[in-house]
Amino acid sequence: MHDDPDHHHHDHDGHHHHGEMSELSETEIRVRALESLLVEKGYVESATVDTLVELYETKIGPRNGARVVARAWVDEHFRQRLLSDGTKAIAELGMGGRGGEHMIIVENTPEIHNLIVCTLCSCYPWPVLGLPPVWYKSAPYRSRAIIDPRGVLADFGVVLPDATKIRVWDSNSELRYLVLPMRPAGSAGLNEDELAALVTRNSMIGTGLALDPKALAT
Amino acid sequence: MIRQVDDALPLPHLPRDEDGPVFTAPWQAQAFAMAMALRDRGVFTWEEWGQRLNAEIAKAQAGGDPDHGDTYYRHWLAALEGLAIEKGTMGSGELADRRAAWDRAARATPHGQPIVLGAETGPAHD
Repeated sequence: MHDDPDHHHHDHDGHHHHGEMSELSETEIRVRALESLLVEKGYVESATVDTLVELYETKIGPRNGARVVARAWVDEHFRQRLLSDGTKAIAELGMGGRGGEHMIIVENTPEIHNLIVCTLCSCYPWPVLGLPPVWYKSAPYRSRAIIDPRGVLADFGVVLPDATKIRVWDSNSELRYLVLPMRPAGSAGLNEDELAALVTRNSMIGTGLALDPKALAT
Repeated sequence: MIRQVDDALPLPHLPRDEDGPVFTAPWQAQAFAMAMALRDRGVFTWEEWGQRLNAEIAKAQAGGDPDHGDTYYRHWLAALEGLAIEKGTMGSGELADRRAAWDRAARATPHGQPIVLGAETGPAHD
């Protein structure tokens, strides 16, 4: 079974050519060339790259951010620490580091809804949200979030009361934002893990709301 | 104090969203990780990285790339190559030679076997 997407099928007149050779795409060649030189010259350890790949593929994801939000919902002191120094409060939960050096947590209220974008280059709070979704990196989102945030929210199926103001936060290489969504109604009896399950990635970017516990139960 | 919620909420192998996996090919993850590693080594700062990536994206847009997010890691790779050379970690000629070497190595490796540098210098046994 071939799992190489760049495997090229050649015409061998119906019989298998035993000595068929490999081929790498131009992009794969570029990545291999860069990595092998960086490893050889001691700038990068091959193991480091592998570890980072594994870390971001399997260990770091929006669940990290959901744990932060759920803790803030159940622990008022943590919530206050989170809003006054996001980086430090997140470190309490054993998260942080790359791409999250300066975390600012912006809290949604009935009056204010926060939306995060990076107009420059798709900066993203990796340690708490993992890797950015494709649309976050797209030019239409990056430009429209600033010009027409209410329209962008509508595209995501989020309709807010007219009285709710929308505040857009433009991330950059120094500052990363995370939205603290409003705790949904009807979630009073839930424990922290159950609450975390209501926190979607989009609710922490501001393109969504936390899930309704009733909707989740059905 | 930190509970292992990871056990209660098993993550799929790749983080996915409505648009599919966040990485669509292994090379994207490698390019991502290399940028992290070089930044950790102090080869460049996040600010330099952001500027470079932005410049690559702007260049691609000027060249007609609709920039819907699917070409993002191409821009990422171009920024990485550019900064790696600019910061003196390698020469551009050296990089070009190395690409050619990988291409030769692949073509000298029977399909399904791991491709290693130097494979083209000896006969392909096995």
